[in-house]
Parts: sequence; structure tokens; C-alpha cells
Amino acid sequence: MRSLIPLGRRRRIRTPLVAVAASLLAASTLAGCGSSGPGGGKDTLEVWVYQDGSTTIQEDFVEQFNESSDIDVDLVQIPGANYQDRMRTAMGSSNAPDIFFNWGGGSISDFVDDDLLVDLTDTVQSDPELKDAFIPSILDAGAVDGHYYGIPMRGVQPVILFYNKTIFEEAGLSAPETWDDFENAVDTLLAEDITPIALGGLDSWTEQMWLEYLLDRIGGPEVFDRIRNGDSSAWGDPAVLRAAQEIKDLVDKDAFGNFQSLSQTDDGVSTFFAQGNAAMHLMGSWEFANQNTNQPDFAQNDLAWTTFPAFPDGAGDPTDVVGNPTNYWSINSQVTGDKLDAAIEFLKVSASQEYAEALAANGDVPVTSNATDLLDQSPAPEFAHFAYDLADQAPSFTLSWDQALVTARATPTLDAISKLFAGQLSPEEFVDTLQNEG
Amino acid sequence: MKAASSASPRTGRPGIAWAIPGVLYFVFFAGVPLVMVFYLSFTDWDGLANPHWVGGENWSKLWDDQRMRDAIWLSVLLTVLSWAVQTPLALLLGVWAAGKQRNRAVLSAIFFLPLLASSVALGLLWKTIFDSNLGLMAQISDWFNLDNADPLGSESGALWVIVFVSAWQWVPFHTLIYQGGARQIPRSFYDAASIDGAGTVRQFFTITLPQLRNTIVTSSVLMVVGALTYFDTVLIITRGGPGDATTIVPYLMYKEGFDSFNLGYASAVAVALVVVATAVSLLMVRLTGFSRMRSTREGM
Repeated sequence: MRSLIPLGRRRRIRTPLVAVAASLLAASTLAGCGSSGPGGGKDTLEVWVYQDGSTTIQEDFVEQFNESSDIDVDLVQIPGANYQDRMRTAMGSSNAPDIFFNWGGGSISDFVDDDLLVDLTDTVQSDPELKDAFIPSILDAGAVDGHYYGIPMRGVQPVILFYNKTIFEEAGLSAPETWDDFENAVDTLLAEDITPIALGGLDSWTEQMWLEYLLDRIGGPEVFDRIRNGDSSAWGDPAVLRAAQEIKDLVDKDAFGNFQSLSQTDDGVSTFFAQGNAAMHLMGSWEFANQNTNQPDFAQNDLAWTTFPAFPDGAGDPTDVVGNPTNYWSINSQVTGDKLDAAIEFLKVSASQEYAEALAANGDVPVTSNATDLLDQSPAPEFAHFAYDLADQAPSFTLSWDQALVTARATPTLDAISKLFAGQLSPEEFVDTLQNEG
Repeated sequence: MKAASSASPRTGRPGIAWAIPGVLYFVFFAGVPLVMVFYLSFTDWDGLANPHWVGGENWSKLWDDQRMRDAIWLSVLLTVLSWAVQTPLALLLGVWAAGKQRNRAVLSAIFFLPLLASSVALGLLWKTIFDSNLGLMAQISDWFNLDNADPLGSESGALWVIVFVSAWQWVPFHTLIYQGGARQIPRSFYDAASIDGAGTVRQFFTITLPQLRNTIVTSSVLMVVGALTYFDTVLIITRGGPGDATTIVPYLMYKEGFDSFNLGYASAVAVALVVVATAVSLLMVRLTGFSRMRSTREGM
């Protein structure tokens, strides 16, 4: 790509400009020929999926689907770190996928506003087999304004406090049940020269998980519900300030160690945690499958998990959960006729018993109504039951902030979180910034 | 083309038509995008729906945006630091490498290697080295019994990492320019100076440095404009962090464009960057007398 000799100004400025202009060109082309289908040939459906440890399941089922279908599915795997940018940019161009992986809610609401997605409400309502296949709250969590645009296609993903039980035992600690226990554990571990918490500071969405849970435990799920529904002044709730102060205390104590050079998306944090350098790691339930695949010894001997500690004086229920209910397939509204029929058939695959079994066998926790029967087939039934019960029995399941908020609010929110962790914003400034921008 | 030129009596002589491929390339890949971005800077565009005209809104926002001011300050700081670090190193290495000795030729070839690697690969490499948890940095802090060597964890540390990596990557290129420049200086100057009893240091300051005046300008313009538009290393090593401590203007533009999808505003940042970078380079050329140069060889 890059020529050997840098020509300074002209060449180096041009790269981003071309990108911007190329998107514009692409967008005008799309507007100009509304009837032609996006991406791929006439008889294939291009399907984009976030590439990770669970992608093999999609590969297998695409292969099966193609054997019996006239219209083939072409599965494109997009490396994780850039998935959202790629998806968003592509959806504004003529190279958009026909079917794509997403997080529901805010991650697709801009597409819904611009009529870029197929409304699946009638399809779901008219097909009891499809509708009843999934846990209702999970199906609903992907909806936008009461309309279904996505069909669940992965396991449930609550955020869980993972810890290294060997380190905890050696330090004479047990799984923290309250915030006091947790702070005590942090102090004990610091005294033993162990990084208490592994955190990927390069990915601000991992820092966000700490605030999501703290805000829920301190102020209850209602605070973020108000924020999510467009009330930015709800960031002024005292619970937000208190949560930010807890973060500042942890950062000041060095509880997160040298977190600014670690990243979750390149597995750095997971490796650091698995090597026994850090004692705790707050992460989505997929972390278990990650560790089980990449560091099986650690997963079997040292890895343990618990719910996020309770605040005895807080308003939130200690069994509340934050995270992602699951991931969804959505269909591009440019897909019509036979291709649309085939696309819907493809989406129905995720509702099948075989698909749920494959998810369970991979260590994921399926979101189908009958999932409990499948959990014993998991390579780690103990973890599968824990994660399922956590999600199933939670009085409230708060969607990850960056997925729940529209892009224009999610980015400033993540920025403010990242500055709070970096010490550039005091807790008070953090609250002010979010009231104005988040 | 071939048939036309062989039929012509002026076979093989350069004509205006010869410039067409280059001009077309420039128009399509630089001119057109530039005009489009200029247009986009007056619109509100989320990358999905059609852009709609908002007049000067992006521009007045740009003027008042504290993040933009911070980014400009950081870009200026990065530019000055990069210039101050790279110029002396490249100048000394270049003059040294201009010597005809065989060992110098071999070492120069080795010094040149970083230039051949892609910025992204270099970024990943240095990110791994500076990672204080898993990388070489963790090892180094053990050796020296440092409690906490975490350059990427502090605001100034992260900026210095960017300065260092860009120097590591670009010093070889500028060394090459200075090597060429130093080889243009007539041998007789040095011979005369030796006869008059001037030592190496004196020769460097009274002959080499003044003779390299225009080379310094060439190298500096490239360096300054390069630093103003620096991007890949920041994206890979620090992602603009910690917080926004390394969010320089090009990175802010990227974030606005492809994180927040405020493509109209990002375009305004882009246009501002083009204008500033062009103005700075023109100004440098003017003020240094580079434009009054009599021979192209002077600027080598």
C-alpha cells in the first residue's frame, strides 16, 4: 500500500481523504441505483459475522444451509476490533452485506431510522415456532421501538467477575460478596504485589463495564434507563458521581496496574490474567470460552467466577446483570423477493435445536427457551448453569451502554470514561461532561 | 500512444501529453476527493442518509471546540519534538554516512531498514515492546528493579513513545537525504580547509552545515508536514490515549469520522489540516530562501 519513499504532505494527507470521498461516491452510487441488490452476486447472500471463537458454528451451519438452498450464503468473517466501523461504513455504501451480525438496540437504531433494515415483526409474529424458540426478553432486547429487526444467533453474554481462585486462596481471600469485601481483596492483593484487576485500557468499552455495574449497584437500573431514553440530565444523579469516585479510588490505588497498554481485543488482557499476573477480570461471559480455548490449564485449574459485589446501602439489586443479551442477525432492506425468503430461512436456522446444541457444545449459553436441557452438554456445565441462571433470574438486564445509546451519544460517553480512568477528568468533571455530551 | 509518438518527427521528446497520466491520477485521487471533502465540510452526514447542507455550522463548531484546540496543541508539540529529535540525528548520521568507507556503506544499509517496513507493522512491533505487562518493558523494569516502568500509562510518556517511534521510522529516510546532500559538497572545500588547519569539528560547522542549508529545509518541510499528518502509529500504539493525551489532529479527524460518524465535522477537520499543512510548508520555503535557489542540486 505505502510507497517506499514518503512524499510528505500530499501522499499522507490523501489517504483519509480518499476514504471519506470513497464513502461519498459509494453512497451516491447506492442512492442512484436503489433497485440493484447490495454485495455479492445475484444468487448468493453475503453474511457478515464478527470473527471470534464461536464463528466455527456459523461456518458449519452455513455449509449445511447451502446444501439444501438454491441461494447460497457466503459467510464473511470480520476481525473483531474493527467490526463496528466496517459494518457502519459498509451500510452507507453499495458494498453492504445482505445479512449481518449486530448487537441490537443502539447499534442498529441509525439503520432503522434510515430504513436500511427489513422489519421482521410480521415474520416473527406469524411464526410461533420462531417466536417461541427464544427467551422472550432476549428477543425483545434486540427490538427497536417495539419492532423486531434481529433474530438471536449467539449465546447470552452477561458480564461476570472472573477471578483466579488459586491466587485468592493463597492470599486467604474468598469471592467478594460486598463492595467492602472487594476493597479488602484489592488492598490485600496490592500488599502482596499482585495486580488486583486486569483491565484493557486501550478498549474503553472494557472500562465501561466497571461503571455499568457500579451505577447499577449504587443507583439501580432506573438511572441508566432514564439516560438511555434520552434524559442526559440523569447523568447528574448522585449515583453516577459515587460510581465515578469509586473508579478514581481504584485507579489511584493502582488497582488496575498498568492498564493503559493492555487491550482486550488482541487477547492481551486474557493472557495477562491467565498467566497469574492479575487476580480479577470483569468481562463478558465469552471470556470463559476464550480461556477454555486458549489457556485450557488455567480455565480448568484456576479460573473461577462470581457475581459483581453488592452495595449494601445501594439501590440496585445484587442479582441485576449488565452485558449483552446476545447478538442478532439483521437483514439489509435491499434484499427482496427470493433472496429475502432465503435470508429469512437462514435466520430461522438459529432457532433450531441443532444450532442451540452446537452453541452449548462450544461453551456458549444458548438463548433458546429450552436451553436449560442443553447446558449439561456444555464442556463446562458448571459455568453454563451459572451464566444461564444469572441472566435468567436477573431482575434487570442492562444492555451495554455503548450498544444501548445511539452512536452520537455512545462515543462521547466512552471518551469521558476513558478520561476518567486516565485521570484527565475528576469524578465531578466526568459528571459535567456527560450531562453536556453523553 | 506508441503509434502516435513514433509517427511524430519529435520521437521520444517529452511533451505536455506525457504528463497526462500523472495529472489524471492527481485529479482523481487528490483533487476530486479534496473538493468533495470541502463540500462535505458544509454538510451534516452520518454516512448513511444523504448529506444535508448546514452552512458554516461545522466550521463555527471547529472554532469553539476545546478538543480541537487540545489536538492542535498536541500536533504542534509532536511536530516540534519530532523535528528537534530527528534533525540532529539524521544530519549527523547522514554526514557520517556520506564518507566512502566500506563499513559506513554497510552500516548505512542496515540503518535504512526500518524505512522498508510498513508503519502498521512497526506500530505493532513497538506496541509489544512498550507493553509494560507482557512486553519487553516488563523485562526491563525487572532488570533495573524499577517499580513501574509504564511509558504508555502517563500522558507525557505516551507522547514521547510516539515521538520515539516516528523518529526510529523516519530518521533513516532523512539520513538518506543528508547523505546525498553531503556528497554534493565539493571535496576541494575540505582540502583547502585542511591546509588552513581546520579540524573535523570546525569543518563541519563552517563548511558542511552552511552547504547543507537547503537540504535542511527540504528535510524539515517533509518532517513538519509528516508530523502534522501523523496517524498510523497513534492509532495502533495508543489509540489517542491515555484519555486524549495523544489525540492529535489527524486522529481526532479519524475518530470523528469513523467512531462518531460525524463525517461533516470530520471533513472540516480534514480541510483545516490540508490548509494548515500547506501553509506551513509554503511559509517555510519562503522564509528560508529555499525558493530563491538557483540550481536543483542545491536542495539535495
